Amino acid sequence: MTAPRDLKYTKSHEWVRIDGDIATFGLTDHAQSELGDITYLELPEVGGAVTQAEPFGVVESVKAASDIYAPLDGEVVEINSTAVDAPDLVNKSPYDDAWLVKIRIADPAQASNLMDPDTYDQFAEESAH
Amino acid sequence: MTFNPHTREDREEMLAAIGIEATNELFEGIPADVRFPTLNLPPQLTEMEAAARLQELADRNMTPGNGKTFLGAGSYSHFIPATVGQILARGEFYTAYTPYQPEVAQGTLQVIYEFQSMVAALFDMEVANASMYDGATALAEGALITISRTKGKNKIVVSGTVHPAYREVLRTYTVGLPIELVELPVPATGFVQEAEDCRPYLSDNLACIVVQYPNFFGGIEDVQAVADLAHEAGGKLVVSTYPVPLGMLKAPGALGADVVAAEGQALGVAQSFGGPYVGLLATRQEYIRQMPGRLAGITTDSEGKRGFVLALQTREQHIRREKATSNICTNQGLMATAATVYMSTMGPEGFREVANRSYQNAHYLAGEIAKLEGFEQPLGAPFFHEFVVTCPKPVREINQKLSERGFIGGYDLGEVDPALDHQMLVCATELQSKATIDEFVRLLATA
Repeated sequence: MTAPRDLKYTKSHEWVRIDGDIATFGLTDHAQSELGDITYLELPEVGGAVTQAEPFGVVESVKAASDIYAPLDGEVVEINSTAVDAPDLVNKSPYDDAWLVKIRIADPAQASNLMDPDTYDQFAEESAH
Repeated sequence: MTFNPHTREDREEMLAAIGIEATNELFEGIPADVRFPTLNLPPQLTEMEAAARLQELADRNMTPGNGKTFLGAGSYSHFIPATVGQILARGEFYTAYTPYQPEVAQGTLQVIYEFQSMVAALFDMEVANASMYDGATALAEGALITISRTKGKNKIVVSGTVHPAYREVLRTYTVGLPIELVELPVPATGFVQEAEDCRPYLSDNLACIVVQYPNFFGGIEDVQAVADLAHEAGGKLVVSTYPVPLGMLKAPGALGADVVAAEGQALGVAQSFGGPYVGLLATRQEYIRQMPGRLAGITTDSEGKRGFVLALQTREQHIRREKATSNICTNQGLMATAATVYMSTMGPEGFREVANRSYQNAHYLAGEIAKLEGFEQPLGAPFFHEFVVTCPKPVREINQKLSERGFIGGYDLGEVDPALDHQMLVCATELQSKATIDEFVRLLATA
């Protein structure tokens, strides 16, 4: 698995795309493949606050359920309701169609805590074993 | 094969392993004088003597069911058709527990499925679960459905006219959790909580407003107005109700409720000193993942035959336990079966008839009490089958006199608040005849 080059990653297997003061969060391909068929997503409301390394949502699959952690602090400006209505989108298109939330970044400096693609690939490979 | 847990050799081996001589040595930590007390028991009786003795004690109880009880306050005396006891006693049903291998017990799952369908129809909600312990825990669990960590919703606002015992259970459920519980006091006049009373407590973290319909004091409040207020603030409306009034009143689902909880005892379950009862809990499809307990569903098997399955169980029970919001993973099976048989026996027509007779009896009773000197009716709202009467003397004294004449008077509201010790919560159901109501009113006047 090769993580897309233009994204940053967390140890809890979320990805983040930073575009000016807006960040987009999603689950990595590694995460969706470990979870299996995803059946349910719970996301925060627009206007709510998210905090780095704190849960902001829940993902449930046929074999597990877990929290989704925020890669950065910020305020939710948009959620992907298409993915909420069809959670299997996360399995099909984890990096594109199944983005989860967009936030307005509160503290850009926090991005330095995130992993680059190569580090994440290595991390995912190790955590898979 | 005879069941033989431990042989003498087993026991001796175990005692030797822990280094003691006899089992009694295990109890030496308990002070000697209370270790094997001599019990002061009467001499043994034959079975026939024991039965007579127990019957004699039972006969001292005042049992509802003869129409001479005017006590409600959450537990209601209704006629129970013989079908309920007969079907309940069948070996296939006579267990309080949902089976561990549920799909093997198709009949049990079908009963649960029918129970859920009838409860959902009664409340005008999309989905009901397989039942809860009782009305109070159903309400507390129902309120928790609206709590959302990810959406930052953690405030519960409870109307002052919700059953005091239910409020206590809500308190117990939420203590120690990151939940803000706001309880409104009992309204100063009229025993009616206006929707506007809740407005000062609205905020972004509002999870739900909890109301009771009809309220604890019998009053029918404007539920739709509270629903609008809760929704406007981004919260939900949780309604605690009773099934019988819904044979006549508009269902909570039609009044904007997002979660409906009820005590189902009135549906063919004996009052039995307070339990076992059965909780009804229903909500909308979108909150199904937050609903505690079990949900039976209908499907077809690989041969195209109809079958019942456990369609959903709270995920926290199995794979997310540290995040659990509920520890309810089964249902009140036997009592839910009783409620199902009751509703099937009565049918929609019979159910409306029970509601109508209860309503008519209560309103005739209220009219007769209104004629008495010194009695007032302070309830500031229409009522169904229960209402408040202000008496000229403490309710405790009146109820004492009533019981001497074989009547069970209404609920003494002094139990809720000592300042209300002259207020009686009176209830009538289909069980009263005109004659018993007239006699009750005569006794009230002279008590």
